[in-house]
Amino acid sequence: MTEPRSYRVEAVVLRHNDWGEADRILALYTRERGKLRVVAKGARRIKSRKAGHIEPFTRVTLQLARGRDLPIVTQAETVDAYLPLRDELAKTGQAAYVVELLDRFTYEDASENHAIFRLLTETLGRITFEPDPWLAVRFYEVHLLGLLGFRPRLFECANCGEAVQAVAQFFSALAGGVLCPKCGAGLPGVWPVSMEALKFFRHFQRSDYAGAQRARPAPEVREELEGLVQRYVTYLLERELNSPDFIKQIKR
Amino acid sequence: MLPEPIQNLIFALERLPGIGPKTASRLAFYLLRAPEEISGSLAEALTDLKTKIAFCQECFNITVAGRERCEICESGQRDGSVICVVEEPLDILSIERIGAYQGKYHVLQGVINPIEGIGPDDLKIRPLLERIRRGGVLEVILATDPTMEGDATAQYLHPRLKALGVHVTRLARGLPVGGDLEYADQNTLLRALSGRQEMG
Repeated sequence: MTEPRSYRVEAVVLRHNDWGEADRILALYTRERGKLRVVAKGARRIKSRKAGHIEPFTRVTLQLARGRDLPIVTQAETVDAYLPLRDELAKTGQAAYVVELLDRFTYEDASENHAIFRLLTETLGRITFEPDPWLAVRFYEVHLLGLLGFRPRLFECANCGEAVQAVAQFFSALAGGVLCPKCGAGLPGVWPVSMEALKFFRHFQRSDYAGAQRARPAPEVREELEGLVQRYVTYLLERELNSPDFIKQIKR
Repeated sequence: MLPEPIQNLIFALERLPGIGPKTASRLAFYLLRAPEEISGSLAEALTDLKTKIAFCQECFNITVAGRERCEICESGQRDGSVICVVEEPLDILSIERIGAYQGKYHVLQGVINPIEGIGPDDLKIRPLLERIRRGGVLEVILATDPTMEGDATAQYLHPRLKALGVHVTRLARGLPVGGDLEYADQNTLLRALSGRQEMG
């Protein structure tokens, strides 16, 4: 497939890195081509017309020109700046996590995925406007895993296939889901999971956002669920993410 | 193919930012032909760079090795009640160039970056807070870049500085001289509007 000389994408800026004298390289998640790296020439100059539009977490439409190596940004226009994500440190941390998760799980394979793009923009919007972003971020994790093909099996034992009973279970990252007490007990590398946490996990997995919002998990269940997903993600990525540690640091 | 000394120099030059293989060989061959004093003084400057430079123990700006404090911290002319917090030593140079700032500085030696995993503990934040606890500081100007990372750093510092009873300000953000309103982004324009000033 040859690229057109110039084309337009809608994207969320995942991150930026300084490049050369005054340029920046941006990692984007675009609606049209999935993850994409581009160069923004002169974006670090104080009079750059683009700089303010291409900060991390910004939703933007970009005109791109075919470059020698990476596409070059020729025009940029903000669709949504999600300003509170920059004004409140706790929200900055959550947005960084959302973006880092997507960045780590995806490759630049020029495949469009409207569902992921929508989930990303909706999640950034929710973190922006909701006083407590906990639910928005958990909902994002659960659904992103599903869209990426890592949807955990939560309704039947991932080993024997028996329907999950209303008792505490085990979770196996290797098996990609819940193990019943019979299959999971004593196995190395499985984590216990309470019935309560599993209940909310399942609820988030099969609900839309409005449905998920009706859930009111207790603080210890919230913590358990968060820890469970975090461990599963770390297992899949085979490395730790940076932003969860940052979120912990700024709470001190 | 090339004699080893030349090849080594080319490899060394290639590792510098903005220099590719062609530029590196051109520079290397230039130095080979040029009078010895050019390569000599370059070599000397490069060795001195690492051995004769240290960080000021007060503000963490770069200074001559062997000195505890930098020129600005030592100076009796500067106002010690105002501290301007910047990311890098180069930022001090920019502010000094305008010649209108009489206070002192503090270099964080970096900026918070949640995605790259650079947190507050990786920066010179604790020495800044200690410096203020020692007393005598009335105002802290946060002059980190107006980027997501610079903003995050300022957001992190603000409540912690405030708790020490100092006045905390952030460099204003708005339209650059010679800029064009049409191309301003919402963020800049919004802040330019809310920070508008009485014409006087």
